[in-house]
Amino acid sequence: MTDIAICVDSISKRYRLGTSNSSEYGRLSEAIVGVPRALLRGVHRTLLGRNREASERAAKGDTFWALRDVSFNVRSGEVCGIIGRNGAGKSTLLKVLSRITEPTSGRFGLSGRVASLLEVGTGFHPELTGRENIFLSGITLGMKRSEVRRRFDEIVDFSGVEKFLDTPVKHYSSGMQVRLGFSVAAHLESEILIIDEVLAVGDASFQKKCLGKLNAVAGSGRTALFVSHNLVAVRSLCSSAVLIDEGRVAMLGDAASVVAEHLKTLAESTADGRERVVGVGGIKRVVSCQTRRPTDYSAETLSIDEPLDIELNVELDPAADEVGYGVVFHFYFEDGTLAFASASPQRKAMPQASPRARLHQWNCRVPAGVLNEGQYVLEVLLIASDFGLLGRMPDMLSFETFDTKPRGGWYGKWVGVMRPVCDWTSPP
Amino acid sequence: MNLRKPGHSVVGFFVCILSTDAAHDRLFISFGKQPYPFGPNVISPLKFFQARSRLQLFDFRELWQFREVVWAFGMRDLKVRYRQTAVGVMWAVAQPLCTVAVFGILIHWLQGRATTGATPYIVTSLCGMVPWQFFATAITQSTQSVSANSSLLKKVYFPRVVLPLAAFIPAAVDFLIALAILMLVMAVSGIAPTWKFVLVPPLMALTVLCALAFSLWLSALNAIYRDVQFVVPFVLQLGMMMSPVVYESEAVVPAQWQSLYFLNPMAIIIQLYRYALLGASLPGPTQVAISFASMLMLMLLGALYFRNMERQFADRS
Repeated sequence: MTDIAICVDSISKRYRLGTSNSSEYGRLSEAIVGVPRALLRGVHRTLLGRNREASERAAKGDTFWALRDVSFNVRSGEVCGIIGRNGAGKSTLLKVLSRITEPTSGRFGLSGRVASLLEVGTGFHPELTGRENIFLSGITLGMKRSEVRRRFDEIVDFSGVEKFLDTPVKHYSSGMQVRLGFSVAAHLESEILIIDEVLAVGDASFQKKCLGKLNAVAGSGRTALFVSHNLVAVRSLCSSAVLIDEGRVAMLGDAASVVAEHLKTLAESTADGRERVVGVGGIKRVVSCQTRRPTDYSAETLSIDEPLDIELNVELDPAADEVGYGVVFHFYFEDGTLAFASASPQRKAMPQASPRARLHQWNCRVPAGVLNEGQYVLEVLLIASDFGLLGRMPDMLSFETFDTKPRGGWYGKWVGVMRPVCDWTSPP
Repeated sequence: MNLRKPGHSVVGFFVCILSTDAAHDRLFISFGKQPYPFGPNVISPLKFFQARSRLQLFDFRELWQFREVVWAFGMRDLKVRYRQTAVGVMWAVAQPLCTVAVFGILIHWLQGRATTGATPYIVTSLCGMVPWQFFATAITQSTQSVSANSSLLKKVYFPRVVLPLAAFIPAAVDFLIALAILMLVMAVSGIAPTWKFVLVPPLMALTVLCALAFSLWLSALNAIYRDVQFVVPFVLQLGMMMSPVVYESEAVVPAQWQSLYFLNPMAIIIQLYRYALLGASLPGPTQVAISFASMLMLMLLGALYFRNMERQFADRS
């Protein structure tokens, strides 16, 4: 037990929602008006004996548990990733551990100095010069002035802005500001580092430098907590990981298996299995439409390196049976671009089909190495055998794909709506 | 936090440690300046944090560790304030001089008597104006200090009281300049400083404490209710009338109201400045006691209030 560097002991954090308690917070005028209003409400309630339920609910306040009973330990020298979907409580956890906000209950232990990097360029003031800001930001993040002075040249070298050191930061490009901010942060001397999504910034070459720095942290025996959506980075940089879901610890373990579990839960939640009655031409009812994990692939779902199965179950109008039909899947990428379309084979006309036969299933397998990483939305078209459009169902399904393998040192977003695996040769 | 643990503060970053076993027997391979001084036996003990109790005052040991942050924030505000101004820090001098001139003319016209003794009006009132100006600037700046730095509050930890404290630094610089001008005016008027001048530094500390007593309340309130920053200038105007700034208390305030009047701690402080610099008469011991008691009360409650509100700063401001 002696080598535990971060000990999180059943931490919970509750937030109040909405304005039901605005007499306690908010504008002063609300507080002033709030007192007579509360009195009036009390009189109203006792005289008329109604509205009690609503006001009781208001008095109790809508509370929201951002974290519930979170416990885990990080051993000294370990780089621990924290993953989970948006709003799962990752950032709240980091805020509690960086002492920015207090936990509602529970406690946590830290050994040694802590530096938390929740943004790039903490403490920068646009009117001050680069030089002044290096000191300001370094001291704000917990360095001593003498430490900043000692590391000053390294910081400047790493950022690559030495020509503009005496220019106010407001005249810097945003890329330069980010570089300067990160290099101050990268030179912090603390036993524990708490990092939030630092990888999301900067251009390719700078990103490479940052990752090198993080790798150095990972190898230097310092303890780090690292929150990221970038599962590739988490998997390659972290030795252990914590999966947070709805404020609770869903899984603890080595990084690879926690990332795999996260992908699995993501796949389950994006699968849209609900029934819906559409009644557009030809299709009476969509029984289900979901992504499926191919049974012959055991690894994490919705990885772009594996085929993706989409299953569509619909009930058709008798009218559609008589003409024959097929479906077309339109895959829209997250930016709204129609990435590609794929058509099913035509189904022959089947006059007087039984109701059971009108329930029909289509399976579509998108081959491995076609999709890019990101959010896709599926639109389903129903096409008659004479190519007439019978019906159109937008937003049938949305799913997110993930990349889990580093590709040549680049961890950022891959441009384009698709990412087919191409064969490359280079003649000697 | 164990910020000053010897041996841990000098840590090479460009250092690579290959770990043969995750827990023990680390093989140190150093490419950098210093080897990284961590092995299984040099890990600092865990320090635990949890929700604080409601009746906890400031952790002065921790505050001392964060003194460089106070200084850095204060210098930032100072540098930013006079950047892109033509006459810069001269504004700190112009403001009290103008106010004194306006009141001097006004009282001269009204043929009123605002001072006792033989000291020229300009010196007496400037002697009140200089500390008051410090008090007013410090209060105004520190009221907004927490709300103005709300983005910082959400990203990094430091004791929150650092912010109102740092806001005093630019005001203190103005004060020192204005004090120099006051000495100049005294010299021109032929008033030489006596041994009592040694009282000025402790008086300055007292002024800071008095301003802090108010700004603990105001900065915490303004973090939640932004209305406060609009109210403060009016209250300060009123406060200037209720303090012996452009007049002397013996010359204006009726004797039966003196006890009530000296509930305002700035009243006694300004009179003490006049005592130290101009040799004015010393206020009575009851009045001094009343002033100090009210200041201590305000300070203690303000500290408790600030500590209670500061847990909401990051979430609410």
